[in-house]
Amino acid sequence: MAIRGPRRVREALLALLFLGPSAVVLGLFVIYPLGRTVLLGAKRCNAQGENCRTNGLRQYTDVAQSREFRHALWVTIKFALLTVPAGIALGLGLAVLADRHLRGIGFFRAVFSSTVATSVAVASLMWLFLLQPARGILANTGWIQDLMPVVKNPGLLNDSGTALLSVALSSVWANLGFTFIVVTAGLQSIPRELHESAYVDGASPWRRFTNVTVPMLSPTLLFVGIVLTSRAFQAYGEIDLLTEGGPVPQDSTTTLTYLIYGETSIVRNDAGLQSSVAVLLFFVMLVLAAVQLRGLKSRIHYGQ
Amino acid sequence: MASDAAALPVIGGGPAMRSGAVGIDSVRPGWRKVGRYVVLAFVAFLVLFPIYTTLLASLKPGGKVIDRPLVPTDLTLQVFKDAWTEGRLGRYLLNSTVVAVVVTAAQLTTSVLSAYAFALLRFPLKGFFFVLFLATLLVPLEATLVVNRRTIDTWGWLNSYQGLALPFLATAFGTFLLRQVFLQIPKELREAAQMDGLGHLGFLREVALPLVRPTLGALALFSFLSAWNQYLWPNLITTDEDMHTVQTGLRLLNSNVPDIERYNVPIAGTVIAALPIALVLIIFQRQLVRGLTAGAVKG
Repeated sequence: MAIRGPRRVREALLALLFLGPSAVVLGLFVIYPLGRTVLLGAKRCNAQGENCRTNGLRQYTDVAQSREFRHALWVTIKFALLTVPAGIALGLGLAVLADRHLRGIGFFRAVFSSTVATSVAVASLMWLFLLQPARGILANTGWIQDLMPVVKNPGLLNDSGTALLSVALSSVWANLGFTFIVVTAGLQSIPRELHESAYVDGASPWRRFTNVTVPMLSPTLLFVGIVLTSRAFQAYGEIDLLTEGGPVPQDSTTTLTYLIYGETSIVRNDAGLQSSVAVLLFFVMLVLAAVQLRGLKSRIHYGQ
Repeated sequence: MASDAAALPVIGGGPAMRSGAVGIDSVRPGWRKVGRYVVLAFVAFLVLFPIYTTLLASLKPGGKVIDRPLVPTDLTLQVFKDAWTEGRLGRYLLNSTVVAVVVTAAQLTTSVLSAYAFALLRFPLKGFFFVLFLATLLVPLEATLVVNRRTIDTWGWLNSYQGLALPFLATAFGTFLLRQVFLQIPKELREAAQMDGLGHLGFLREVALPLVRPTLGALALFSFLSAWNQYLWPNLITTDEDMHTVQTGLRLLNSNVPDIERYNVPIAGTVIAALPIALVLIIFQRQLVRGLTAGAVKG
């Protein structure tokens, strides 16, 4: 019993040593800035950044009710609705398509995974070169131009009706590799016997898909959905490179993240307003996470 | 452990992917097989289309790109050379590599240590710290960068490797991933080691680290990719032309398009920037699948 005391102390000191580096970094660059941002966001300054006074919660409700914030929130929601369901459906479709015992299937798997190697900058610039009206590939392909004059004039990224859709297209494409890889791994973990017994019972391929594949995949699909949703709410690079939040004056692609950091954003030089929007973004994402976790608890079928 | 299926290679497939496959697939008549290849080829064409046009556009002189955009004619490597020099891509690839390697090495170290503490050490307020670590996972990067930029500015580290890397030297994600594995070490094993006089440092080196090695590989690739692909943060703290990463360097190259005849120089830059990561992923495909699915697997 005599060594018990000192050993406890030694162990606690060791824990301090082990936890220290992580705790310092996370404390300085996640926890401290979060708290500081909440305080900054409660302040209201004049255009020169002087005469600040603390407005408290009212500053947040003011920002939340502002036209700019509500617009950016709506754009963000639309962007998520355009990218998340399509991303899940395409990833699932590709994964099911490639989940066969065929000669050369490895090649197709490699192709479907390939976009995972593109960063947001690389993917966005690729799509910029495809979509730009003057020298873009699509705008200068005759039959596309005839079918859809908007690709040339004013260009898909410059028309307020198609800009967000075009950014979403590039984003879905860029995320395809990730979704495909994760769903494929999920498909391969479904016990073969389940498919075989459904087959023996005479279930059609469609019924095997809806009654075996989809329920067994539901944890995977939920995971993909959560990741894609958070990526949609944090989208910045594709908007910065493709549209800069425009086309103006509608600001059709100004999402919440772009509203905070965008070079052409109205709050760009006001740390207080930037912080208010950042805190509200955090809040919105927390609510979303809570909703998604409820979905996890109530509707998900876990195998085994 | 993470499910074994998650460790199967996806890119390039595996020869023995479904070794016991009889029944469902094998009775498929020949024409249905052909139909499936047609669908696969069509979808592959759609997925590859942006990559194909990008490659082609960077292999032609600027004036020729849109003449026949889908046909390889007038091929040249000159545009790549221009992109390499004008885009200063050598320098930016170096910057990205330095930052990504430092971040990866640091994240592995800090995660192993903190995961070990949470899994195997007893200390006061453990539950509190654990919840605090957990909570940092909920905070989106975008909610912290305004203040982080000020911090880095105050320390005079704008336009520096320290500034680029420092906020990302630890990760709660890595801590939890490794903690899950450490928790599977049987108590008896630790007790027996203790009887033999093996301290925690020795136990970490001899028992815990070897056990966690596959997960460490996946985490390493995940950390490296995340650090390499950073866009917003380097944009916020970089103004010096020497200190861009590949990602913000591409942005710069694209905004300084020279003349209309050479507008495809940034296109070639994009290809150059994508190549190293494509190579890394081909080499480490096994780790990639594990890394990407890590969050989806029950611990």
